Parts: sequence; structure tokens; C-alpha cells
Amino acid sequence: MLECMPKARSEHTTGKINPAKTCQPIGAMYAALGIHGCLPHSHGSQGCCAYHRMHLTRHFRDQVLASSSSFTEGASVFGGAANLKTSIKNIFDIYNPEIIAVHTTCLSETIGDDIPTIIKQSEIPEGKIVIHANTPSYQGSHITGFSNMVKGMVTYLAERDEETLRQKRVNIIPGFINPADMREIKRITSDLGIDMIMFPDTTDVLDSPLTSKYEMYPEGGATIAQIRASGNSRLTLTLGHWSSDAAGALLQEKCGVPCIPLKVPIGLKATDDLIMTLKEKFDAVVPKSLTIERGQVVDTLIDTHFHYQGKKVAIFGDPDLVIPLTEFVLTMGMIPTYIITGTPGRQFEDEVSAMIEAAGIQDYIVKAEGDLFELHQWIKEKPVELLLGTSYGKYIARAEDIPLVRVGFPILDRAVHPLMPITGYRGCLRLIEMISNAFLERRDRDCLDEDFELVL
Amino acid sequence: MEYDCSLASGRTGCISERQNSIITTGKNKSRIHCADDSLAGAVSQRACVFCGARVVLNPITDAIHLVHGPIGCATYTWDIRGSLSSGSEMYRHSFSTDLKEKDVVFGGEPKLAACIDEVVTKYRPPAVFVYSTCVVGMIGDDIITVCKNASECYGIDVIPVESSGFISGNKIVGYRAAAEALMKLIRPKPGEIIEKTRKLNFLGEYNLGGEKWLIERYLNEIGIEVNVAFTGDSTVAALKLSPGSCLNIVQCTGSMHWVATNLEKEYGIPYLDVNFFGAENTAESLRRIAAFYDDPEIIRKAEILIEHELARITPEIDKYRKKLAGKRAAIYVGGAFKAVALIRQMKDLGMEVVVTGTQTGKQEEYETISGLLSEGTIVVDDANPAEIERFLLDMKVDVMAGGVKERVLAYKLGIGFVDHNHDRKECLAGFDGAITFAREVYITTCSPVWKRLKLSIGEET
Repeated sequence: MLECMPKARSEHTTGKINPAKTCQPIGAMYAALGIHGCLPHSHGSQGCCAYHRMHLTRHFRDQVLASSSSFTEGASVFGGAANLKTSIKNIFDIYNPEIIAVHTTCLSETIGDDIPTIIKQSEIPEGKIVIHANTPSYQGSHITGFSNMVKGMVTYLAERDEETLRQKRVNIIPGFINPADMREIKRITSDLGIDMIMFPDTTDVLDSPLTSKYEMYPEGGATIAQIRASGNSRLTLTLGHWSSDAAGALLQEKCGVPCIPLKVPIGLKATDDLIMTLKEKFDAVVPKSLTIERGQVVDTLIDTHFHYQGKKVAIFGDPDLVIPLTEFVLTMGMIPTYIITGTPGRQFEDEVSAMIEAAGIQDYIVKAEGDLFELHQWIKEKPVELLLGTSYGKYIARAEDIPLVRVGFPILDRAVHPLMPITGYRGCLRLIEMISNAFLERRDRDCLDEDFELVL
Repeated sequence: MEYDCSLASGRTGCISERQNSIITTGKNKSRIHCADDSLAGAVSQRACVFCGARVVLNPITDAIHLVHGPIGCATYTWDIRGSLSSGSEMYRHSFSTDLKEKDVVFGGEPKLAACIDEVVTKYRPPAVFVYSTCVVGMIGDDIITVCKNASECYGIDVIPVESSGFISGNKIVGYRAAAEALMKLIRPKPGEIIEKTRKLNFLGEYNLGGEKWLIERYLNEIGIEVNVAFTGDSTVAALKLSPGSCLNIVQCTGSMHWVATNLEKEYGIPYLDVNFFGAENTAESLRRIAAFYDDPEIIRKAEILIEHELARITPEIDKYRKKLAGKRAAIYVGGAFKAVALIRQMKDLGMEVVVTGTQTGKQEEYETISGLLSEGTIVVDDANPAEIERFLLDMKVDVMAGGVKERVLAYKLGIGFVDHNHDRKECLAGFDGAITFAREVYITTCSPVWKRLKLSIGEET
């Protein structure tokens, strides 16, 4: 039996069984790939780097390059300074990136390597840059690591070097989302006629076309000049508390760029919020095209509401995606019943509870730092009709015969998802289509001949 | 001298220290340097000790595999092998002690003990493997004692696996850690007698895509029974009976030679190296096994099986050979065993192997490899992506066999790709596997998409 539920109910009190998170360094690696001409560098054992590259490659189905300090026993005893210095020299010699983004691992953190000092002592060619983030794997999650690396970009690169802020320019820190989502947010912002700096930006890096040519550093990514200039922008929007707020707050403190925290624009309300904030702050005119897109979403919701309204759903994944997803399923009239993130943080539970209770739903469980064992146990006791989350939900989906709609990171068993947005109004349509079809396909599969309908 | 190793310097992706890790057959007098540690700063395709240990032990289906460390190591290795089970699916779930900062500061032993208590109470597994990771090795948790106590308390095997990642960047060291754990598991308790049988153990077989089942079917047909594979579709109980077998056949030499020699030393079981990749190799291996049993009936049945199977698959493979003849192949895989098997299979399909590399090959293995290749072929140890890219382009490769990280690189360059990694889904072993392999190579090498690609960049088709 492909499930891990013991027959008798038993308390799960320690450790993780089927985790809903992974460790900080992979988040830092993903963030670093959103800088143009950057080689992420993993300061630790070789395995970490290999695993992160493999995991990201499996999700994005694109080449992920990163180097490793290749720790051995010696480095672990005497400290990793020599390895990092040699690495920096070798990387610039061999791979010639514009910038190296170093992140630590549990090993180098436990050893206590002082990364800023080591970087200062390293040979860095003229015009090249090395930045770093501390990403101890034994704290937080991959989202924390992402956040720490974005913060590192601000620490090392952002500068306020102009007297007045650029009135027409916004910084957008998009959070740990797919390139297609970053692309969609950029499109919306540019449709509003507003200049923008997005960092990190993995469009044209992890969704690059097949050209028969191999680009070690693909076209995309926020340039160093852009990240530097973010210090002169009029405003920063941080999308997602867990992955983006820390960097926004630092940019405000360091360069005086005010920061407005928003949700990742998944669902009608969060997308409205993004557009209205931009409209208000930049006196922008919302083009008719966006109004039409929004209208199409509302139209589709009404056309299909009877497919999913009142259905119970479990949602799991990263906090910055799960929160707006919960908001959207509430808009759809569904009943979020179990909501889990693997990332620690009470604020997740408070925020989700507030939304669900405002919708008049009492019977639900929300948990930060949960795992999929727990989720499965709850579902066994009281089932739901839909799972919304990563590929790791497929064991529960199979054991309990519940449809799984795949969103979030990682998705290892389906393709195309990194190229299709779930953000913005177009993303709403895609979510509605996936959720609605999941129920309808189930109905077509399960119903009796006499109930089988052509028109649904 | 177009492809000699002097190319290794002065071009993107190569530096002088790497020169000795790249040779061109027929041109270099010097021997290849391998099993060196990777350079600091390299974009290596290699992994770590933990990874090596995990891939060897994880297919034991009914054991609990508990990763002692921060969460990542457990997440990245959660059900990523294509190793199938006919019974328990316990091994496909992910167990981690999820160490936090306070555990790192004050020691992770109490949490490990608590986690073992919880999983043993919940699942009553026949054995628990406890894998140590980098941090655990660093802070010096005494996992041996924790495991010993738990073992005594619950009366089951709780076995520590010494797999801290930093011990080496070479997976082979992890294979060894796994091998030691296996020897601990199967060693009979004092007073316990394991009955001797005429069965064999199948070492270095991980049942990817059901490969163990297929080979077992052949062996059964010729009158030989398999006790257990190490470790594909194995159970703790079956592994414990392995000292009673009369023969060990060893497939993946990198991971299992040490176990085979130790089983010979401790229990007097002889071993044979076998190779079930490719029809010729499969036939030869079956003959050698039959010869070992020295039973005319077994030998006769083996010949009948081989004749029958070859007659069945040859026309199928010929169809693919016609399409593939003259195509140029590159191989970059984990171990030399796999590389050798692939070279033979590619050649069987009428293809030319122009690049071969491994992550963990040994000196003598590289000599075997070079011996199989025609002059001018590139042989490389621990290649980085830039090197792989250069070889693929320079050598005008049509199809590459490799692992996850090479797949996207090959595709981006417009080159076909066959998965021959330890997480592949297809059965590539045995006679049937030879057809599957040919089909896999064919569909990727001759995909109609490649034609569109050329059109889209303005080239003639």
C-alpha cells in the first residue's frame, strides 16, 4: 500500500514524515539565478549543490548551474576559508560570471566560517562582484533561504546615488514564484505604463528557449545595474511576506525607498490589490485590456461556480502561495479545510485563520511547520474533495482517491507549469480551469452510464 | 592533435588542473587521473557520501530510512529512485529528524532517539537505517550508541550509516558506508544458523523499472532461484538469509564489490561479475551462471532460453539499427560499470561512441573503457557542464546517455538524450531491455522535433 498511515491513530510529535519544506540553500540558489550573469555558489559539501541543482532542474526542466566549495574532511576541521577563496578564484578563471552569489550550508554554518571576511580576503578581478547570504539549513525553510539571498542583494548592491527618487519607477520583489509568474507581473506593470525593476527575475533564465546554443549565462535575470538602481526607485512592492518582505524593509532602511507589502497576486483580490496599489501610487490609468481580463475572470467564475462551490479542499505548500490560494478558493466558494505550510511562522496561521473565519467557516485546521503525514492523517479522519499543492501530494491523492491540482514548488511529475502563470487575471483563469476540470474529469470517470453527460 | 588533452587549458570550462582528467584514446600516453577530489569552485556533476549511501540502501523496501540532519537531505532523496517493490512501500516515504538550531547547539542525540521511538512505535519496521549527514558528523552525535540502545530496546536492527557528506565528494565512499551497514544487517546473531541453499544473491541490482524481476524470470526459467537482490525489491528478512546462498552475482561493481568480497571472506560464498545490459552481455552472463552450477539441465535450459530470446529480439533491434547506424553517441554516467555496458550497447546499434565519462570510475576501469573505444574518443573523469558541452559540440554528438543534470544540457544543444541514471523508469536490462534501450535511443535521436528546431533557426532540413 502506497501510504504511510499506521492503522491506529498515533501522535506525531517529533521529526518530519513526508516533509512539506526543504532547506534554505536551495532557495538562495534559486534567487541567485535571478541575477543576470550570476553563478550561485554553495559553500559546503558537494552533495548539497548537486541535490539543489537536480531538484531545481526537475522542477524547471532547464539547466541549473552552480558551483560548490567541495568540502572534504580537512575543510571541515580547519574551516572552509581556503576552499572558498580557491573557489572564487577558480570560478572567475573558468566560468567568468559577472557576479558570484555565495550561500552557506548547515556544514559551513556549523563550522562558523565568516563569509564576509573571507570574501574580503579573496582575489576578485576588477569589476567583478561577490555577494553572500547566510542560509543555515537548520532554520526556517527554502523560503527563508530565498528571502536571505534577496536581502543579500540589497545589502551588497542597492544604492541611493541620486538626489530625488525616480517618480515613475517601482521595484518589485516577486518572491519564490515561477518565471511565468514573474513575466505576468511584469506584463501587468508595464500595461499600467510604470517603469519597473524586478529582482530577482528568473524569466529568460529558467524558461529559456531551445536554440541549439548553450548559454552559460542566459539573457534574463536582473542586472547588477538594475539591482543597484533599485535604491533610487520611488517605491518597492514586496510580494509575499516570507520571501520578500525582509529585502523590502532593508531597502527602505538603507536607501529610503518606501515599501508596501502585498500578497503574491494569485486570485482576483490579490491581483486587484496589486493593480490598485500601482494605480494609486503612480497615478496610472488602468488600461481597458486589464479591465476586460478581470471581467473574463468574473464571467468564468459564474459560468463554472456549480462545478466546485461548496467543495472541501486541502492546500499545502509555501506560505506566500498558500495564503493567496486560500483567499482565491474562498472567492470560488470552496471550503478550505486543511491548510499547511512546511515553513515555520505563527503569522501564517493567524493570517489564514482570519480569512477563513471571515468567510464564516469554523471547521478547519491551519498549521505552519506541518508535514504531509499530518495532512494525510487529518484527511483520513475527515476527507476533502480536492488537494491543491505540489507533486508530493500525489501519494495522498492516490491513497484517498482525491484529485490533486498541482501548484507551487516543486512539481516533479508534470511539465509546462513553469511557463504558465497562476498569477494575475490570466492566472485566475488557469486555476479555475485546472480546478474545475479536476472535478469534471472525476465525474466523467466515476459516474454511471445513465448519468454520463455530454454537456456539463 | 585536435582532441588531445592540451585543449583542456585555455578554453572555456577547462583549467590546467583538469588536463589529466581528460584523455583522448590513442593519443595520450599518460593514464587518466580519477578518483581525485573535485576542485573547489567546480560546477561538478558529482554528489556526496550521503547520496552514495542513500542510493544503495534506499531500495530495501520494508525498512525505515531515517535521515538524521536538517530537512534538506531527506527531502531531496524522497522517492527519487525508480526502484520498484513487490511488497512494502515503506521505503518510498521520507523520514527526517529535521534538526533545528538548538539541536545543532546542544546535540541531536535526544531528538534522534525520540524519532526512532516514534517511527518504531508507529510502524513496527523490521529495521531502521539511520543516516548521518554533514552536521551530525560535525557536532559529533554518537549515533552508534543511540542506535544500539534503540536496537536493544525494540529488538530490531537499528543500523547507523556513517554517511556525513563532507567525508568525500565521491559517491563510492558512500557506497562503502552502505555496504558496511548491509554487512551489519545480515550478520547472523550469535547462535543463529542460516540454512545453506542452492539460491543465489544478486548484488548491485536495484530493480529499476523492474529489471530484477526480469532477470529473475530468466534465472527461474533455467532452474535457478534468486534469494534476494542487493538491494532492489529486497526485504530485511530476505537480506538476512543471504549468507545461506551458494553464489553471489555482482552487477554494479562500484557499489557492491566490497560486499561480494566480504561475503566470500565471512561466509565462503564465491562471486561472479555479471552484466545484464545488452543482449550479448545478458547471454554471456546467463552462460557463466549456468556454468557455475555445473548442471547439464541448467546449461541446456540456458541455451534454449538464449536462443529463443535472441531469435525473438534480433529482428526488433535490427529495425532500430537501420535508423541509428552511424549516429554518434556520448556517455556520461555515474559508474564505469554502466559506461562499459552502454558502450557495448551503442556499438551493437551500429553507433559510434565518441565521448565517454564517469563520475566515479577507477583507473583500471578507465583502461577497460579505453580498450573498447576507437581511436580519437574522448574519455573524461568528473566532467563539468562546460566540458560536456564542448565535447558534445566538438564531437558532433547525436545522442547522449546520462543523468538528470545532463538531460537538459543535451536538449538545449539540440541533442537527443537517454536516461541511464539510477532514477530512470524504463527497464533496460536483459533481452527485453535491449529492445527498450534501442527504442529509447531511437525516439530521442530521431525525434521529428529536431527537424522543426532546424527550420526555426533558418537552416535547411
